[in-house]
Amino acid sequence: MFFSSLLNAAPGAVAQGMLWGIMAIGVYITYRILDVADLTVDGSLATGGAVCIMLMRAGCNPWLALLCAFLVGMLAGMITGLLHTRCGIPAILAGILTQLALYSVNLRIMGSKSNQPISVDKYNLVVSQRFVKELSLRNPLIPAIVTLAVLIGILYWFFGTEYGSGLRATGANRRMASAQGIDTRVTVTVGLMLSNGLVALSGALLAQYQGAVDVNMGRGAIVIGLAAVIIGEVLLGKVFRNFALKLCAVVIGAVIYYMVLQIVLQLGLNTNDLKLFTAAIVALFLSIPCWKDSVRTKKGGVRNA
Amino acid sequence: MLEIKNVSKTFNPGTVNAKTALNGLNLTLNDGDFVTVIGGNGAGKSTMLNAVAGTIQVDTGSIVLDGRDITRLPEFKRAAYLGRVFQDPMMGTAATMQIEENLALADRRGQRRTLKKGITAADREHYIEQLKILDLGLENRMTAKVGLLSGGQRQALTLLMATLQKPELLLLDEHTAALDPKTAAKVLEATQRIVEKNNLTTMMITHNMRDAITYGNRLIMMYDGHVAVDVSGEEKKHLTVEQLLELFSKASGSDEADDKLLLS
Repeated sequence: MFFSSLLNAAPGAVAQGMLWGIMAIGVYITYRILDVADLTVDGSLATGGAVCIMLMRAGCNPWLALLCAFLVGMLAGMITGLLHTRCGIPAILAGILTQLALYSVNLRIMGSKSNQPISVDKYNLVVSQRFVKELSLRNPLIPAIVTLAVLIGILYWFFGTEYGSGLRATGANRRMASAQGIDTRVTVTVGLMLSNGLVALSGALLAQYQGAVDVNMGRGAIVIGLAAVIIGEVLLGKVFRNFALKLCAVVIGAVIYYMVLQIVLQLGLNTNDLKLFTAAIVALFLSIPCWKDSVRTKKGGVRNA
Repeated sequence: MLEIKNVSKTFNPGTVNAKTALNGLNLTLNDGDFVTVIGGNGAGKSTMLNAVAGTIQVDTGSIVLDGRDITRLPEFKRAAYLGRVFQDPMMGTAATMQIEENLALADRRGQRRTLKKGITAADREHYIEQLKILDLGLENRMTAKVGLLSGGQRQALTLLMATLQKPELLLLDEHTAALDPKTAAKVLEATQRIVEKNNLTTMMITHNMRDAITYGNRLIMMYDGHVAVDVSGEEKKHLTVEQLLELFSKASGSDEADDKLLLS
């Protein structure tokens, strides 16, 4: 009984994990590459969903709507970037400010409603929950995998370019980047834009997948993104060293997260406790490197410098 | 040519912690000068270098490099003309990036960073040749993360990065101070070789009086935010540490000079 219902829920969890994986890649860019904790994402995820759904309801082509969601997400990231680099506001606070402002903006986009549905019967959705168990081209797993493959390919290329390397250097050592003639104010802003563009794209796809956009859909998104990044690193960090594979690990992390979530829900976890559970998982995985270190030190081993 | 004209800088002005680090500083470096800079703690050596590099903005005065007034230019723009090596070996390189990636970053200093490939095959060959000059075997570890290197190796690499694109001025801020004596000597030797080969205009801060005398064609001693002693040519070649101390106490007009210098 338990296993059959779990098996039943698995395709949905995988699809959701993959769509969240796009968001997690965005988090990876800020948290790991740029070394900035960006909380804008809690707002820009819903912004992406809102832009996409409202445009489609107005008759826009779904792919074009996704592109627009990406661009508006970039705009949100730019605001955080400017607040941080030009106004000297600490990154974490700049992100919180944008996130807060975005709540109002999102409601505006959504015509002052907190929820806007989009029916799979009436609209040509790129991904929809309804077909997740169907063996056809309408299955959301197909566009999800294709989108991820394209995105990872583009990011792999971008971070290997002169400009992309400058962005990585900014995250690795800002002073060194400055000394090498990189305007870190610009690179940090560009990184935040790229990240939030991806997060908004993820939000847009998720809204299509669920058949509705909700103004609260991004609440706690950063934690889910972090969970994916960290689960991916802890489980696959030793094996996946290539940059493209690291991004794959992030997506796999997101899928695992949703699988685990399904399991605990099947086991009878109250859905109201989900956020608590998520926070606990992330706290646990974030602590592992620290504990590993202290165990190693106690055993008399050399601390990894 | 570098001209520092009447430059002053006070940190925390108007507070009890006010500290005048540069006080009407005047200094002109001719092309090809290799100047060693000594002076006690708080004499303004690092502040001078940071002012030239743009890490700090000066209060008054001007800094002119090869005819360009760079006084108000932001740090990242000045980087096009400057090569820098810091005291902290961690500071000059990106630890999580590979040796070749670090070199490629430095190789594009002063150029527009485009969407072209970060490292080309031709770049790689060039970097391997350059790394061989350091004689540390780094040419065989091109894809190793810089974080795996020792402090000395990192400083040597930073030095190479600072000079890969020939800078108009090379700034060395006690770049061997954090290294053990043997490694420090090696890095200094590499410095000498690279500076001579490229005929670089160089400023090198050091706490080691002997190094200050041995290296370069000119020596300046800073005191209280300005240049107190300036020796060059034959006079510098024959300088001894004792003479240097004497010169300093004369210039600063106090006996505490020796202590201040020796203890620092």
